[in-house]
Amino acid sequence: MKPSVLILPSILVACACAGGCSTTKLVRVQPWERATLADYTMRSDRDPLHTAMSEHIYFSREASSGGRGVGGSGCGCN
Amino acid sequence: MWSPKNTSLACLLGLVLGAFAASAEVKFGAPFPELATFSLEGSLPPHEGRVVLIDFWATWCAPCKASFPFYSALQTELAPLGFTLIAVSVDKKAAPFDEFIKRFAPAFATVRDSGQKMVAAIQPPAMPTCYLLDRHGVLRLVHSGFHGDADGQKLRAEIIKLIEEK
Repeated sequence: MKPSVLILPSILVACACAGGCSTTKLVRVQPWERATLADYTMRSDRDPLHTAMSEHIYFSREASSGGRGVGGSGCGCN
Repeated sequence: MWSPKNTSLACLLGLVLGAFAASAEVKFGAPFPELATFSLEGSLPPHEGRVVLIDFWATWCAPCKASFPFYSALQTELAPLGFTLIAVSVDKKAAPFDEFIKRFAPAFATVRDSGQKMVAAIQPPAMPTCYLLDRHGVLRLVHSGFHGDADGQKLRAEIIKLIEEK
């Protein structure tokens, strides 16, 4: 089979696949559809106890107490 | 004459045109779609022959709510000169909308696009986005976001410019 015979089907398949990229509705939440994303329950810091526990685990594991939320670095050199 | 090269060029052109067709909804210098055709909840104020600012907002959008005091003052100041502000809420649920409007009592008209048909047709790029129309209903300015007084003063200047146009 000649390579040129395969060119047209290949182009058509590529166009059919790439055609989905031309519509933003398939891949993107529109600005007016973000009510759920903007909800308080979607915040990662909505629970103070959970945040404190996460911080504790983080600095225990990384040996960097205060390295995330306090001015200066976790090395204690500042 | 048919050739694979011509076909591939045609397909590429089709993809590019398709992408543009999907994003182009409203155009500068063209009439803005008539609000009455979108079955909005709430009553639209008479706005024929007036400079109109259409603001898309939602109760879950903090900058949208931050713009309300400025917009209220703008409506109070410029309404006698021929300006009308219409805020279109994209809230699907009525309860947060009703509660916010009752609490804030804005000086301008607020309607709700509960089915999000209008906003889907207009496709604002961000929340909030406002569309400024001249006295003939022609789109003259699109402004996205609200970043405080500096934004507000620029918008006010554009509105006054359109009010003074004959």
